[in-house]
Amino acid sequence: MPNLSLTQNHEDPRGPKPRKILSRRNIILYGTLIFVAIYYLIPLYVMIVTSLKGMPEIRLGNIFSPPIEVTFEPWVKAWAQACTGLNCDGLSRGFWNSVKITIPSVFVSIAIASINGYALANWRFKGANLFFTILIFGAFIPYQIMIYPLVILLRDLGLYTKLPGLILIHTIFGMPILTLLFRNYFTTIPEELFKAARVDGAGFWGIYFRVMMPMSLPIFAVAIVLQVTGIWNDFLFGVIYTKPANYPMTVQLNNIVNSVQGVKEYNVNMAATLLTGLVPLAIYFISGKLFVRGIAAGAVKG
Amino acid sequence: MNSIEIKKLSLNFGEVVVLKDLNLTIEKGEFLVLLGASGCGKSTLLNCIAGLLDVTDGQIFINGQNVTWLEPSQRGIGMVFQSYALYPQMTVKGNLSFSLKNAKLSKDEIEKRVQNASEILQIEDLLNRKPAALSGGQRQRVAIGRALVRDVEVFLFDEPLSNLDAKLRTDLRVEIKRLHQKLDNTMIYVTHDQIEAMTLADRIAIMRDGLILQLDDPKTIYNFPVNKYVAEFIGSPGMNLLKGAILPNDKPIFKLDGGWCESPDLSNYKFYEPIKTETQAWLGIRPENVVFGDDAKNMPVKFSLEVEVVEPMGANTLVWSKMGGQEFRFMVDGNTTLSIGERVTVGFDPVHSSVFDLDSEDRL
Repeated sequence: MPNLSLTQNHEDPRGPKPRKILSRRNIILYGTLIFVAIYYLIPLYVMIVTSLKGMPEIRLGNIFSPPIEVTFEPWVKAWAQACTGLNCDGLSRGFWNSVKITIPSVFVSIAIASINGYALANWRFKGANLFFTILIFGAFIPYQIMIYPLVILLRDLGLYTKLPGLILIHTIFGMPILTLLFRNYFTTIPEELFKAARVDGAGFWGIYFRVMMPMSLPIFAVAIVLQVTGIWNDFLFGVIYTKPANYPMTVQLNNIVNSVQGVKEYNVNMAATLLTGLVPLAIYFISGKLFVRGIAAGAVKG
Repeated sequence: MNSIEIKKLSLNFGEVVVLKDLNLTIEKGEFLVLLGASGCGKSTLLNCIAGLLDVTDGQIFINGQNVTWLEPSQRGIGMVFQSYALYPQMTVKGNLSFSLKNAKLSKDEIEKRVQNASEILQIEDLLNRKPAALSGGQRQRVAIGRALVRDVEVFLFDEPLSNLDAKLRTDLRVEIKRLHQKLDNTMIYVTHDQIEAMTLADRIAIMRDGLILQLDDPKTIYNFPVNKYVAEFIGSPGMNLLKGAILPNDKPIFKLDGGWCESPDLSNYKFYEPIKTETQAWLGIRPENVVFGDDAKNMPVKFSLEVEVVEPMGANTLVWSKMGGQEFRFMVDGNTTLSIGERVTVGFDPVHSSVFDLDSEDRL
């Protein structure tokens, strides 16, 4: 008789419920995901493959076939030799311009916006709400409206076509969204912490640098990702507020790809495009995890 | 000498009046508890004293100095918050020394004070840990330590034990009391927990709608509440309140609505003013003051009741029943066995009761 009860126990449901791996649900779920992933990755694949081919191979017209003879010549040419107008030193010039634009713009805009956000969230000064409303309003005004007035402003300041002028523009346009981001993050930090710091004798800057900032690394990461990608990928402001010698990488890329003279060097164009996209891509991969954490912070308590 | 003096303090948030014309004097070394339900303005008052909120009108003096316009750090106060509010990226030592560094004290002095505070609070072993690696009780101790190192005259506690579990709360409560006996600082303590208030306070200020209803030592508040609100707020289980009328005969008696076998004689009750006309009133009797069984026979007022619900609480058992249709609770010894529906005799002495006017709800 004990034997019988044992078998019965064995058949009773116990522990985790067994699941089939090849169930209908899984096939549909993973099938869709894989299909969509391939769909999105095909253009990237074509770009990489094309950039590694020589022109004779491209002329055969098989864009999906892998290169028979792998060559890095187009990459070298895109970086160092491609011509835009009279300059034939490739994308490298634009790359360094972009670096010179992006680093100060990111740094200055985040520094100012985080202090703005901190002041708005924690120090309820007179007119704070009005100031905040104006900032938010700024986030909804189309850029195009402000382009011409800003040209005149920069001209009068003597900064038109110069890099500092463009840096100023990027800082201004980053302000509404970044301030909003920082303000919302700082409001999620318990108010008692701020009060405790005041009782402990820390002032405006003391609290900012020694209490708030060390607690806000995720949101700083988010701001850096947003700003680096945004400013690096910017084309419009770059083409309007600078001159050819100061063109950022994106503008130069356009000039290389869209040049109407001579042979269309598809492999060089692909390589140049990939080179330009490398920086935001790298930033994303490095900080992807922090990015998600920062965006989601405050959404759930704890 | 007075440690804290608050004169005609008012605070409005726009249209909302939070504190009205509030006066309060706290002596040196006194432990004052601000007690009230949430939204009564007790935390707001504490924040005003700390200087974390600008007042609308009135003055605050600490140690004879007018601090109304001073920054929190200049007022000679230390504050402990409900959520501990420890700086998460700093070690315990960093948390303790933060204010001292801001005050630009010498390294030796900082070291000495941190050492001293951590000894008093028994957190020496935790100095190099981050707050995340501490338990709730340890965190709260560090938070107290942060106030302690500042060597201030006045300690402000904003519901410091509310985030802890029940067992820890009672332990830390005693520790706070010991700390007060040792340091002899002035302490102001905000809580909504009446047990904390009763156990800790030299005096309790019961607040409601931005006003202090009663400011007295715990015993007086417990035995002689000035109005029905205070009477109901203090004491657990709450006071029995029976609706009826006082008849001013040669001896004032209380006539219960819905009948009573015997109307209690209130001639021994100390009325503020003699009752001259028939007055609608509440008669309040604490469940602890009701006696049961043989002892009831010696009481001036005795009657029999039917047991409806029995709640054993260990040392005592709370019995629920009805008196002329109105709820009536009383305490019996924990070892007493009572069955539902049983009729029992209980009694009380009207001297230990409280009588409140039906409309104004003030003590008569």
